[in-house]
Amino acid sequence: MINYFSNPNRFLKLTEKLLPWLVGLTILFFLVGVYFGLLYSPADYQQGETVRIMYVHVPAAWLALSCYAFMAAMGALSLTYKHPLAGIAARSAAPIGAGFTVIVIITGSLWGKPIWGTWWVWDARLSSVLVLFFLYLGHIALSHAFENPLRGIRASAILALVGLVNIPIIKFSVDWWNTLHQPASLTRFDAPAIDPSMLIPLIIMALAFFLYFLTILLVRIKSELTSQKIRAINIKMIK
Amino acid sequence: MLNRIGLLIIKDVKLALQGASDTGMTFVFLLLACTLFQFSIGPDQTLLIKVGGGVIWVVALLATILSLERLFITDFEDGTLEQYFLSPMSLVFFALAKAISHWLTTGLLVIISAPIIALLYSLPNEVFLPLFLSMVIGTPILSLIGTLGAALTLGAKRSGVLMPLIILPLYIPVLIFGTLVIYNVMYGHNYNSFLIVLIGLLLLSLALAPWATACALRQAIE
Repeated sequence: MINYFSNPNRFLKLTEKLLPWLVGLTILFFLVGVYFGLLYSPADYQQGETVRIMYVHVPAAWLALSCYAFMAAMGALSLTYKHPLAGIAARSAAPIGAGFTVIVIITGSLWGKPIWGTWWVWDARLSSVLVLFFLYLGHIALSHAFENPLRGIRASAILALVGLVNIPIIKFSVDWWNTLHQPASLTRFDAPAIDPSMLIPLIIMALAFFLYFLTILLVRIKSELTSQKIRAINIKMIK
Repeated sequence: MLNRIGLLIIKDVKLALQGASDTGMTFVFLLLACTLFQFSIGPDQTLLIKVGGGVIWVVALLATILSLERLFITDFEDGTLEQYFLSPMSLVFFALAKAISHWLTTGLLVIISAPIIALLYSLPNEVFLPLFLSMVIGTPILSLIGTLGAALTLGAKRSGVLMPLIILPLYIPVLIFGTLVIYNVMYGHNYNSFLIVLIGLLLLSLALAPWATACALRQAIE
């Protein structure tokens, strides 16, 4: 599998075939998920209609985290095997992950305003998502900071792996910081066991987000490969 | 091996002492930044005592970053780095030596100036020992992670802006546990557990950071 894709052209061919299907599936899942989430599922007995923000907020949070893991895994592949495609995949995934993180933060504060009464609290979860956002930004900045794109990919791959080691430590320390600095604040908000009528739309939305991630990732990798080709042609023309 | 690391450290420290004004600048920066905080917060003594512990650590992080940019750049530009790469000594030890010399020239200054800042913020007397201990354990971590950041951004465009963006998020655990030590002393709690966590972080970064730094340096030379 890994060796198979070391030829970018093979990957491009497969992408061409897959993309229309992925786009169709993404739209389908989003339509179904939005219908179930906004219309079919019940309002919460405490939070009312605002609970529907969850159907965007939670899937985005899941993907924001798993996208970082994906990025780190691709980074490891590109470092160990010097795999050409893995580095490009990591570099293409970073802005998508950062986008999901922004969605999490924005929907979170929109949700926080009616429930907690403020746009932002320095709660453990909020703070660690904010740090995750900064980690993404660092990764993006580093991967574009060099004249030689390969150097950017390698450096940011190392950074992603370092970040992967650090994320649990940061999460752990922020949790500790939070419990000691503001005990029993209004943000103690533990979701009770979720009812199937809400769980099913949530899962559909999560799948929709995942398909969306996959689609955008493939499109971004494709355009990156194309721009590499253009660069190569330009260099030949100059010679 | 230890001999060579020692030689490298001595060379770097000597170079730093020759440009003593640079090292002095870090010290001035620390005091200046604290003064700025004081001006922005106001002279309210109770408030200053409350924020003092946090300010010391934030300023320590910023001061560490200040001197990181020059860490590899001269060796990189005049080709010395390639010689180290070709020499039989592993780049891991080279990275470790760099981290140690960075700590000797910056971390020590931070440790020395911490009590002065604590005085300026009129922190209670019982804070001084824990503050010193947390700084002694914490600043090497900052140097170790910092060398990694310096190696990653080596040869980048605008590395001076890029480095804080990369390193500061990684500094957060040190900042949290460092300040927790101080605040727990001030509120009369036991702070040993936080020092132990800091030691754990130090050991972890001691094991991983030089290795990752060497990896990053190799990419920079290739």
